[in-house]
Order: sequence, then C-alpha cells, then structure tokens
Amino acid sequence: MGLFSSLAEKLGNVFSKITSRGKLTEGDIKQAMREIRIALLEADVNYAVVKDFVARVSEKAVGEQVLKSLTPGQQVVKIVNDELIELMGSTNSKLDVASKPPTVIMMCGLQGAGKTTFCGKLGAYLTKQGKKPMFAACDVYRPAAIDQLQVVGKNVNVPVFEQGAGDPVKIADNAVREAVKLGYDTVIIDTAGRLHINEQLMNELKNIKSKTAPTEILLTVDSMTGQDAVNVAKTFNEELDITGVILTKLDGDTRGGAALSIRSVTGKPIKFCGTGEKSGDIEPFYPDRMASRILGMGDVLTLIEKAQEAVSEEELKKMEKRMRENKFTLEDFLTQFKQLAKMGDINDVVAMIPGMNKANVDAKQIDERIGKYKAIILSMTPYERAHPEVIKSSRRKRVAAGSGTSVQEVNSLLKQYDQTREMMKMAASGKMPQMQQKIVRQKRRFR
Amino acid sequence: MGFFSKIKEGLKRTKEAISYKLNKLFTGGVLTDDFYDELEETLISSDIGAETTDIIMDRLKDEIDKKHIRDTSSVRELLKKILVDLLEENERPQYDYPLVIMLSGVNGVGKTTAIGKLAKKFKSQGRSVTVAAADTFRAAASDQLSVWAERAGVRLIKHAEGADPAAVVYDAAQSVKSKNGDVLLIDTAGRLHNKKNLMEELKKIARVVERELPDASVFNYIVLDATTGQNAISQVDIFNDAIDIDGIILTKLDGTAKGGVVLAIAGELGVPVVYVGVGEGIDDLEDFDSQDFVNGIMNED
Repeated sequence: MGLFSSLAEKLGNVFSKITSRGKLTEGDIKQAMREIRIALLEADVNYAVVKDFVARVSEKAVGEQVLKSLTPGQQVVKIVNDELIELMGSTNSKLDVASKPPTVIMMCGLQGAGKTTFCGKLGAYLTKQGKKPMFAACDVYRPAAIDQLQVVGKNVNVPVFEQGAGDPVKIADNAVREAVKLGYDTVIIDTAGRLHINEQLMNELKNIKSKTAPTEILLTVDSMTGQDAVNVAKTFNEELDITGVILTKLDGDTRGGAALSIRSVTGKPIKFCGTGEKSGDIEPFYPDRMASRILGMGDVLTLIEKAQEAVSEEELKKMEKRMRENKFTLEDFLTQFKQLAKMGDINDVVAMIPGMNKANVDAKQIDERIGKYKAIILSMTPYERAHPEVIKSSRRKRVAAGSGTSVQEVNSLLKQYDQTREMMKMAASGKMPQMQQKIVRQKRRFR
Repeated sequence: MGFFSKIKEGLKRTKEAISYKLNKLFTGGVLTDDFYDELEETLISSDIGAETTDIIMDRLKDEIDKKHIRDTSSVRELLKKILVDLLEENERPQYDYPLVIMLSGVNGVGKTTAIGKLAKKFKSQGRSVTVAAADTFRAAASDQLSVWAERAGVRLIKHAEGADPAAVVYDAAQSVKSKNGDVLLIDTAGRLHNKKNLMEELKKIARVVERELPDASVFNYIVLDATTGQNAISQVDIFNDAIDIDGIILTKLDGTAKGGVVLAIAGELGVPVVYVGVGEGIDDLEDFDSQDFVNGIMNED
C-alpha cells in the first residue's frame, strides 16, 4: 500500500546507516534531516512549518546532547519525536466549562470536515460525563443538514433546537435561551461549513459568537487536509479566536501532518479526534500518539524507552568513567550483557531497530552465546573478574568446568573482552565514549 | 471563463501576497539556489508533494540546461508546460449513452453535491437523468440528494436509511431500462479507503451495474477534496484497486487550496481529472482545464 516507501522505512535506512557506524558526522545529520523533511512533507506538514522544524531539530542534533546520548542515531529520532510532541502542545487539553451554565460550544469549519457527525459524538461524550447537552441546528444552507442533525440527535438522545432555515444568529441565540429555560447545561451549535475566505459567512460566525459568548469555539479539521490547513486555521483563528481544534477522520491511513501545522500556526490546542463513524468514536487528543503517527515509527520509540529503562543514567556515567580510566573489567562486561538482556527478547529488540529485521540476525544463537558468556564470567572469582590477566591455563580449565563450557569458549570470551576493551580505549581517547553504541557493535559481532 | 477567475473575488489578500512573491521570482534575474528553493516552495505549497516536486524540478533543470536558459523569466513558461504535460498524459473519458457514472470517495469530499451538479449538467444537455441514492448510511444523505434532484429536475430512486445500497442501484437500473433513460448517476456513501468491507460493498454495486445495464458505458469517478494533501494518492490507489477508477472530480477548488496532489496522481496512477467543483451553486461544476489549473498553481489568472 502507498506509493512512496513508508516513513519508518526511509528514516530506518538513514538511521541504520548512522547507528551501525556509531558516530554521527554533520554530513550524516544533514542527510537525515533531508529525509525527515521529505517525510514530514509527505505527511502533509506545512512547508513553512517543516522548514522551521528541521532547522530546530538539526541544531539540537549537532549539539552536544546527541553526543552525550545513548546511540546518536536513536537520539536524533528521539529529538524529532520530542519536538513534534512539544509542537503539538505536550499534554492533552480538556474542554472548558462555563462558570455559569449553559456552556456554549460552537463548532465551525470547512464543508465536509465532519462538524455534524462530530456534534453527535460530542453530545454522546458529554452525556456520558453526566452533562445535559442540547444541539442547535444553525446550518441552514446545506440541503437536509437539519435533518442530518436530527437523526444524529435521536441516535445519541440529545434534543435538537431548530427553527428551519431562519437566521442562524437568531437560532443560536434562541437555542441558548431555550437551554436556560429547559435546564440544559451545554449547547452545541452546529454551523454551516464555509470557506475561510467567504467574508459574509465568516461575519455570520462572528455574530453568533458575540450573541452567544461561547466558552469553546472548536474548529473542525479533516486530518487528511494538506498544505492549505494553515491558511484555513489561521483565518478562522484570526476571525474568531478559536479555543481549540477537532481532528476528524483519523481512522483513515492519513499521517495527519495537518495537526502539526495547525497547532504551530494558531497555537491553539487540539482537543479531540474523531476515529470512526459511530457516536462513540471520539478520543481526547494525545500529542505523543500523534507524533508517532506522523513519524510512523512507534516501534523505534518503544526501543528508546526500553534502552532508557535498561540503562540508568547513573550506570551509564559510572561505565563511562571506568572506560576513561581504562578500568573496564569482566564485571562491566557482564553488566553489559545483563543490560542487553533487560531490553527484552533479542528477537523483539532487533525487530524494533529500523532497517533491521529478524531475518538478519540469528537471535537464538546470540542468546545462547550470551548465556554461555554469562555463565563463564559468573564462574570466576571476583578477583579474577577484576583482574582478567591472572586467568591463565589452570584457571581457564576450572572456569570451563564450573560453567559447563569448554576451554575454547573461555578463550573466546577473553578474546572478545580484550577486543572490547581495546576498542573502548580508542573511544575514550577520542570523543565521548558511548556505551549503548558499543552494545550495538557487539551485537553485530555476534552475527 | 477559467474557473480560477471565480476564486479571485474573495481571495485578494492571500493571493496578492503570493503573486507578488512569484512575480518577483519570475521577472528576470539570474538562476540561483534561492530561486529554485522558492520555486520548489510554490509547488510543495500547492500539495504537489515532495517527491513529485523533486521529479518536476529535475525535469525543469534538465530543460533549462538543454535550452541554455540563464534567465528566470523564461522559466515560468517552461515550468507551466511541464505541469500541463503531466496532466495531459491521460485522456479524458468520451461518453456514450446510456451512461452510468458512479461517484465514490472518502467522507465529506462533496459526492452528493457533485451528483446534483452532474444531474443538472446532463439534464441541460437534454438527457433523461436518473439518480440513485446509494448512500444509505449517512444520516439524511438521501434527503440531501432529494433536494438536489428536485433542483435539477431529475428522477431519484431511494430506499430507507440502512438499506442495501446495491438494491437501490438495482432498482435504479430497472427504472433506467423501463424508461429508456440516458444517464444513471450513483451516489455512494463516503467511506475511508482502508475499510475493507466497505470497499467490497462498492465492488458489489459495480457488479450490479454491469449485470443490469450491460450495454451502458460505465465510468467510476472518485471525488477528491482539493484541500486534501498527500493522502489523496492513497485514496485513489485503493479505490482504484477495488473498482477501476476512470477519473477524478476535484471539489472545493473555490477555496485557497490548489489541489496539486492530482499532479502526483496523474503521474503515478494515470488517473485524469475530469471535472472541478468551484462553488456551492448547482452550475458550479466545470470541465477540467489543465492550463487553467496550472495557472492556478502558479497564481496566475
């Protein structure tokens, strides 16, 4: 499906190049940024927003943060993800309630964005929360729009206030009065879809606003919207000072980059998303989930989380210090294996790395090998682990017998340890040493 | 009269800003990286997509090299030609009667409105038109279509909400047969293309049409909202897999959206744009004109 290769794949290719090399050059980052730029554009994030975004990410990526990080490649993905989340408002933003009822919620948006359908969902949602909502049918233009709202209202058991094809401003005003009279605490005003450049209809909305003083003015936006999303959102916001955005039709396969554009252009939070055609298909909006969606790479993030869980900041610092002092012992070597094991089933871990799939690596073999190495190290005395140079032939025989392995296998472990230490010495004398990146290297050697 | 001239009225502010930038871009001067960047921005901003933009820019640079162009003013016509050529690679459908046109597409793109406009178009050409309300899902969809059918003065076949859409189409086909009708227009429910069972439903409708009206020439059009971004490619691709898509009706071109994604679709999938919707009036449906369309992208009239 899809004509262009997926974003996860594209980024995967770039980052697997980086992660496999362990060190990032500015050229690498530039290449990665180019891919991210294309990926974001293909996700329909606005051109100007992308430009700005990529500039900010690359600044962070070439900075010290990345070099101090776990594997730098993954760190770049993490920066991109974090920045996306921040751009989209970090936390979930709830509906405001008027201090004195009724709370008036005015829906607005282009034609076909899904306003009427969303009214129904919001009505059902609020009813479930113990509210008593009422709909006001103010779309007097589209044929049968009032009928549609009435059917929707019947489905979710919310009454509809309508006065036929009258003046929408008057209808809205009357609806609010009616709600007060009948004791409804929320009025949801369904307005006609309109182009943001239609001055006459925008004025109508302004008049509804000034007459009913809504607590929430929600702009409904189709999540499949392209570059024009910014023009639409900007105009609606300038004209009406909207309080939030509703993202509809998120149950399709769209990446929904419009969300990012709208948020960064208006600064207004996205409050809900519509995820289906049934009245229950409404979800509070979570920026982090949207970020993963735009990037199409939930797996990478899980991997990062796992890596972070497995290796605490402290452990990492300790390890770095030991390496700088060239005090990397077999005990540390063992710790590394344990960290790798903590990240979960090797098979799953490998599958999460972009560009790598299970077929590339014989995970079972790696697991077995790690198991043996652990047994060997654990069969050594603490003194031996701290001073591997003392392990000569008789000690080797004893360790082999104790761990149920052979002398050859003990030799192979010691050789591996020597190589690792050598490599670390080099790393320590060069730039900042990287524990995690070493784990990745180690894994490759296991192949 | 080009359809983009209709946009002009409401659009002055945005338009002038962009035009100014572009005019500045194209009035002489040397070809610099900045020049190419801005050109690229124009294309991407119209939803042509990053990859297709790359392809177009490469073609443009090739031509510029070949023709030894050193001056930005000649580049404008060159670029327009490349865009028009891309759009005209695919031929427009030729109609024979009896004719069946089925509209499909995702939710909210303007299918029902487009049916109303098409009905009016054929009716005013003296054709006998029947409309089938096969959107039995959305609340009050058939009521909406009734209003359009009445405005256009055409026959409407509808069932109750929730009925089998294929049954509606069957009845409509019988009606066309018995009355010797010329044109059958089928309005289907909006569906997201990734919902498999709904795509199967569409296939079923197509089978009914084929079986009941074997002599009719049948065209399946997908309705795309001009504000849609790159997802439109996926939409056409998947609908095309289910029922061969013969063309695109591009709606809502009266806003600020350019609908440039159809360039990517024309290039990648070979599906031509047939009509464009430019307003809410019953006559606001026009034959697609690639020259006009490209002028719109380049912010010219």
